[in-house]
Amino acid sequence: MLRLPQFDLKTPTTVDEVCALMTEHGENAMLVAGGTDLLPNMKHELFTPDVVVSLADVEGLNGITEHADGSLTIGATTPLDTVATDERVLRRAPAVAQAAGLVAGPQLRRMGTLGGNVMLDTRCQWYNQTYFWRQALGFCMKKDGTVCHVVQGGSKCVAAASNDTAPALMSVGAELEFRTSDTERRLPIDKLWVADGIHNKDSRGELLTSVHVPAQRAGHRGAYGKLRERGSIDFPLFGVAVRLDVEHGTIVDAAAAVVALQARPLHLKKFRETMTGVTLDTPEFETALGKVVDASYKQCRPMPNIPGDEEWRREVAPIYVERTVRAALDGTGPVHHV
Amino acid sequence: MAARDQHGKDAPWKEGFRVIGKPNPKIDGLAKATGAAVYADDITLPGMLHVKFLRSPHPHANIRSIDASAAVAMDGVHAVLTGDDFPIKYGVIPWTPDENALADGRVRFIGDEVAAVAAVDEDTANRAVRAIEVEYEVLEHFLDPREALAKKEPQIHEQKPEDKAKRHRGNVSKHVALDFGDVDGGLERADVVMSGEYYFHGSTHTAIEPHCAVAEVAPDGLLTVWSSTQITHYVHRALSRVLELPASRIRVIQPNLGGAFGGKSDPFALEFVVAKMAMVTGRPCKCLWTREEVFYAHRGRHPMRMNYTTGATKDGKLTAVDAKILIDGGSYSSFGLVTTYYSGQLLTGPYNFPAYRYDSTRVFTNKPPCGPKRGHGSVQPRFAFEVQLDQIATKLGIDPIEIRRKNWQGSGTKTVNGQRITSSGFHECLDEIQRASDWTNKRGKLPAGRGIGCAGSMYISGTNYPVYPNDMPQAGIQLKVDRSGMVMVFTGGNDIGQGSNSLVRDIVAEELGMNPKDVRVVAADTDLCPVDLGAYSSRVTFMVGNAAIDAARKLRKLIVQAVAEAWEVDEKRVRMGLGEVFDEADREKVIPTKKAFELAEVRWDTLGSTGSYNTPKLGGDYRGGTIGASPAYSFTAHAVEVAVDEATGRITVENCWIAHDCGRALNPMLVAGQMEGSAYMGLAEAIMEHHYVNRFGLHSGPSLLDYRIPTSVDTPELHALIVESLDPEGPYGAKEAGEGPLHPSIPAIANAVFDACGIWLTELPFNQGKVLKALRAKKRAAAAPDKIAVADKES
Repeated sequence: MLRLPQFDLKTPTTVDEVCALMTEHGENAMLVAGGTDLLPNMKHELFTPDVVVSLADVEGLNGITEHADGSLTIGATTPLDTVATDERVLRRAPAVAQAAGLVAGPQLRRMGTLGGNVMLDTRCQWYNQTYFWRQALGFCMKKDGTVCHVVQGGSKCVAAASNDTAPALMSVGAELEFRTSDTERRLPIDKLWVADGIHNKDSRGELLTSVHVPAQRAGHRGAYGKLRERGSIDFPLFGVAVRLDVEHGTIVDAAAAVVALQARPLHLKKFRETMTGVTLDTPEFETALGKVVDASYKQCRPMPNIPGDEEWRREVAPIYVERTVRAALDGTGPVHHV
Repeated sequence: MAARDQHGKDAPWKEGFRVIGKPNPKIDGLAKATGAAVYADDITLPGMLHVKFLRSPHPHANIRSIDASAAVAMDGVHAVLTGDDFPIKYGVIPWTPDENALADGRVRFIGDEVAAVAAVDEDTANRAVRAIEVEYEVLEHFLDPREALAKKEPQIHEQKPEDKAKRHRGNVSKHVALDFGDVDGGLERADVVMSGEYYFHGSTHTAIEPHCAVAEVAPDGLLTVWSSTQITHYVHRALSRVLELPASRIRVIQPNLGGAFGGKSDPFALEFVVAKMAMVTGRPCKCLWTREEVFYAHRGRHPMRMNYTTGATKDGKLTAVDAKILIDGGSYSSFGLVTTYYSGQLLTGPYNFPAYRYDSTRVFTNKPPCGPKRGHGSVQPRFAFEVQLDQIATKLGIDPIEIRRKNWQGSGTKTVNGQRITSSGFHECLDEIQRASDWTNKRGKLPAGRGIGCAGSMYISGTNYPVYPNDMPQAGIQLKVDRSGMVMVFTGGNDIGQGSNSLVRDIVAEELGMNPKDVRVVAADTDLCPVDLGAYSSRVTFMVGNAAIDAARKLRKLIVQAVAEAWEVDEKRVRMGLGEVFDEADREKVIPTKKAFELAEVRWDTLGSTGSYNTPKLGGDYRGGTIGASPAYSFTAHAVEVAVDEATGRITVENCWIAHDCGRALNPMLVAGQMEGSAYMGLAEAIMEHHYVNRFGLHSGPSLLDYRIPTSVDTPELHALIVESLDPEGPYGAKEAGEGPLHPSIPAIANAVFDACGIWLTELPFNQGKVLKALRAKKRAAAAPDKIAVADKES
């Protein structure tokens, strides 16, 4: 069995204590919630923090609140399994529940948290490996090395955002609450991402305390589609979340976001303008859908960063976009092969 | 073959079987389910040190120097060993010893063992491993066997200069070319000749328990090694050779094992190293490999590039089969000599080949060494041939099950390469899959994107000859009678989860008319148990089973005689059953078995018996003709139903009907478990698994996350259909069930995909990208319908 590097475990019980510890230890400290991402990464020596601050006992971070306006606040350490099965999330933001329900496998969803999935490190076949393996490779620019093995001669890390919940939260316009010892901010999730595989988030040393899902329209429909080889466990080879707001048979607003392509999750281009104003069950709808599917083929260019045949992923991504749009309208999501 | 080796098909008592044929719970089932079972890694001894390996980061290099001084100087480090400490080569096949426990100055793949550290704990050992400095001279490496074959130099295993002058072997590990009958004539008289290239990608075992070994040297110098091995006896011999200790000073024990599948049937570096470390440090030493290290140890299924040409008459009768096979061996020989033979020798059933030729070459490459995986050497050719047979059937317009029936060789016959076939239930296997799958209403009649396919196969029930030539028994059993009414069985057989200990328990209980709970088993301990050659080649049920019957019948004779004498009745009247001994003619006369044991001990003194099994002389009369010879062959047919998502290329296997002729199901629950497990494993390597070494010579994903084995939700409905042909020489007629049922899974999927969407998948794995490409190619070829679409070749 691989060994965990030695570290000092802190088990604070309040957000203030967490923030104080993070301020005190700075770059030498990392947060752990469920540990399903951090601990394997530590075993691979991708991270070797001196101090690990556990959120397990911190009060006020775990749980879901439904507000009078129909918005939801989901505590950062709420287990993915809870998010996936919570009646309020299923009703208010089905794509989020579906995405959470397709992360990894059942055991990991009981341990892994929503906040952990949002803050997930990017992944790459040349990076998520043991120290020995990476050393034999000569390392890569994301950790301990200088070159990229995905894009030979590439100057920027293209490790892939691999968090299923990211596009789902983007599709519903979620906002993230961050805390430090002396700051507090609410950030639209779109603003979190940076197109850099080494650190794809504009957030360092902060504590994500909660995820806020704004109230959706009455005609809100959503779905998540996940491409992977196995019916469980695996990270996405492609993920797409769709939101369609339908009033009187017409789409009045729309959004779609995708993941597992490059360093950051992306909004699908032209999705909103193409789908908005379109009436369902008309030839016009099929034309619009065809357009967004074609646009997604142009935009979604999988790379050999994560395992899996990237040419095949490119062919299949638009099919998942189309199937997920239909699933959102029909209420039959998620789109997943099992 | 001695009389002791054949015991007939019938129950020992005329009342019929009372233990055999029932789904008796496994002897270790509860212990494993509750966590009470002790595996190698559960063993902790006082003062025990932990061993870690330094491995090569280069696929091919000479070691110029190793400086371990910094590691040796670290607190908590007790010893560092290098190749200098292991000058003696070994290999499971005595003719090809080309491995050293630690590198002999040359490393041959990324992950090859270079040095080892023993330290007070794992973290210290890991730190010390990193402190060892090695200077390498990097050599050109080969990842493609075609290149390794063509270039010849550098040789991955160097010949001595004087031998090179005689015959430069280049990177050939083994070459076998054999022909039987008039192949060219057979192809000439054929109405249809099909030629094609087929590629098998290579896969690994993925036993859930990683390899682990613990060693201890007693004050009197006795070395004990506990190891997660499936071949205790061969490990015993190899330790003796490499450590230069008499085998009588070594004890090898196999604790509970968490799966093996052929991946634990070589002696491994960790066994030698923990033993040597224990000798050097005077402390017990343990090594548990990481999952990544298990991927490097490998010995998995060989990649094979196979060219087959098969001829048939227009009514579907085979006329000749001609094969040329290139085998990617990886960096060491392992069982490779046998693999090379098996790639040809095991294809000659269940169909009659009037003429057959094969030419197989195993080549060394700088990748983890390949070896035996469930269905050793014959799963790959079986894939190629069974797909080609369907291609012929399609061309001739013959139903795939029907063409297999037409060519069935029958039972009580001899194959074209001289192997003796005793029982064969293959015809019934075909009947069973046809019936159970509703084949006739499905084949060619399912909606678009859905299909059903079939395939057949044959496998050995043990190899006729041990890996080192000798005339001693292949299997031995000792029984000890206890006054408590219990019988203890001592068997060298390795229970690797397949249930061999349960099997010997049940046989002894059947023969002695006992409750199985009163029979206990001690297994796979070289000090306590008679020699058995190990759990490989599907030999255990057949050979250990026969030895158990032999031992139990000898013991039974003594007990029956003692009771008959005490009762003053004819021995024939004394019967044993259900924990009692009674007089058949006078049912008032009945005593518990315990009492009978006492009478027998009074009559004979302390009571026990031994039993053995050895194979008859078999095999073809030519060099290599004994390889592939087995006292009995099992037969299997599968029908597989698939759905193909033509938009994404995803194949979903929905149902797999497995009809397997196991001779007699001694425990139908265990037989069905082996059939389902085998089919699962075949489907897994067909659809998902890929032991892939990337352009740097690195295993692309040596973890259970990236090496994808199907989860429960990815596994189809598996329908086990047991066929019992009652073999004349098997124990109560039994044959193997652990490996044969894997073979047809893979070609049956390919054949079902053809039924579903008209493409032939000839390259494994059948991943979605490949399927999608083939579907597109088919669409493109739609304008020219006479062309058969074939998946793009992997370069």
